[in-house]
Amino acid sequence: MRDGPLRVGVDRRLCCGAGMCALLAPEVFDQCDEGFVVLLDPAPPAAAHAAVREAADQCPCSAITLHSAG
Amino acid sequence: MSQGLPVTFSTVREGYFNPPPATRSLRRTEPLTRMEFADGHLGWLVTGYSAARAVLADARFSARGELKHPPVPRAATLDEAPAAPPGMFIQHDDPEHQRYRKLLVGQFTVRRMRLLTEWIEKITAERLDEMERLGSPADLFEHFALPIPSLVICELLGVPYADRATFQHHTHVWSSFGESTEDVTAAFLELGAYLGGLVRLKRTEPADDIISGLITADPDLTDEELTSIAFLLLVAGHETTANQLALGTFALLEHPEQLAALRADPSLIEGAVEESLRFLSIVHHGPTRAALEDVEVEGTLIREGEVVMVSLAAANRDPERFPDPESFDVTRRAAGHLGFGHGIHQCLGQQLARIELRVGFTALLERFPQLRLACPPEEIRLRHDMQVYGVYALPVAW
Ligand code: HEM
Ligand code: SF4
Repeated sequence: MRDGPLRVGVDRRLCCGAGMCALLAPEVFDQCDEGFVVLLDPAPPAAAHAAVREAADQCPCSAITLHSAG
Repeated sequence: MSQGLPVTFSTVREGYFNPPPATRSLRRTEPLTRMEFADGHLGWLVTGYSAARAVLADARFSARGELKHPPVPRAATLDEAPAAPPGMFIQHDDPEHQRYRKLLVGQFTVRRMRLLTEWIEKITAERLDEMERLGSPADLFEHFALPIPSLVICELLGVPYADRATFQHHTHVWSSFGESTEDVTAAFLELGAYLGGLVRLKRTEPADDIISGLITADPDLTDEELTSIAFLLLVAGHETTANQLALGTFALLEHPEQLAALRADPSLIEGAVEESLRFLSIVHHGPTRAALEDVEVEGTLIREGEVVMVSLAAANRDPERFPDPESFDVTRRAAGHLGFGHGIHQCLGQQLARIELRVGFTALLERFPQLRLACPPEEIRLRHDMQVYGVYALPVAW
């Protein structure tokens, strides 16, 4: 499971712009000029999985969802 | 759930840095405990990490000021907690809260804040120059920790730094537990009047700052709303970081092996900043939330109307989340701490604070390789009696 493909989803309606995701996993998340999450890579490489999981856990507004694909 | 007597909460720490001893045993056995608030209200104290996150992320717990009870006694007593004015969004629930917050988050993104790094480095270097001019020993709080975030937030908001004596004084009175009702009310009104005047000025003479930007972004915002937003950003933006910088320096000086580790490997600084936020948790009583309906949290039923105080300091020492939580360890993974809160109110200024702290600690240690306390630690006056914990002054020598 841990090393299988990972699908990332974000819900911009839930995002409160705290920026934890962009801080922890900048190759996968960014913030638009208005401050809300922008998903750069919905299927990040395995090397980024740990950071993405941490971002999803720390997002204060539960705006990031993860699915282990495959 | 506790069958014993309800606890009361004290902001008096154990030693200089540790949360009140009562919270230590509680967070092991009872993440939620009955707590008697200062006005007699029977509510709850949360000391466990996962319970703290659950409460702060749950929309059934309201941040509205008029629903709350004071967790700790203050000299100033108000018959009823007033409803927060429009724009004071730290005390609004969504959707009102979101309306204001969404106008601001774009100003505080990770990327925007990084663009400010060089400018913050310059401000910091100037403060260190000033300390050198004054000569050793000097008060690090007055000459370094307080001016840096004050200068930064003034510039961002468009508040003249020359007026700092006014707003620093009002902020201080307003956040002190010991001040009288008259003084607290007067400080609140005077700071509001000062910022109201500034808002009216920005309407006629806009500049490149957040207040002017808000006026353009949402022409429907009233003067009252703009004043409250400015109030919140100004107060939240300078006292917190100032105390974190000074108390963090104190903690490093009292943990020489940690200071040595950081000096030996300056790349540890980002982790050290997170650890100082976790270990010190300067927002030391609250946040508080009121249950809008009956809610069950980790098997405990909280009734509608009951107020919950989340002890961020206790949650940040939860052994289930942070191994060996009582030790200050700049090499640990402290990310995930609740020093900036959690949920929709999680600190708006956190990415700014992170940079101020990283730049501040780094430059301070670089400039003064011999930095040390200039008095015995017992003589340092602690801010037990303020809304944000820290030190009143930090005499240092170098
Ligand atoms: C080390 C420094 C700081 C700490 C420890 C800190 C801590 C916190 C905490 C715990 C909250 C949540 C309160 C709650 O849930 O009721 C909060 C909210 C907030 N903070 Fe900070 N803060 C810091 C620096 C700043 C700075 C520099 C700003 C400047 C803009 C700022 C602006 C705010 C605002 C506007 C809110 C309310 C957010 C909302 O309600 O959506 N803070 N802060
Ligand atoms: S961490 Fe969550 S709330 Fe913060 S910007 Fe990312 S998605 Fe939005």
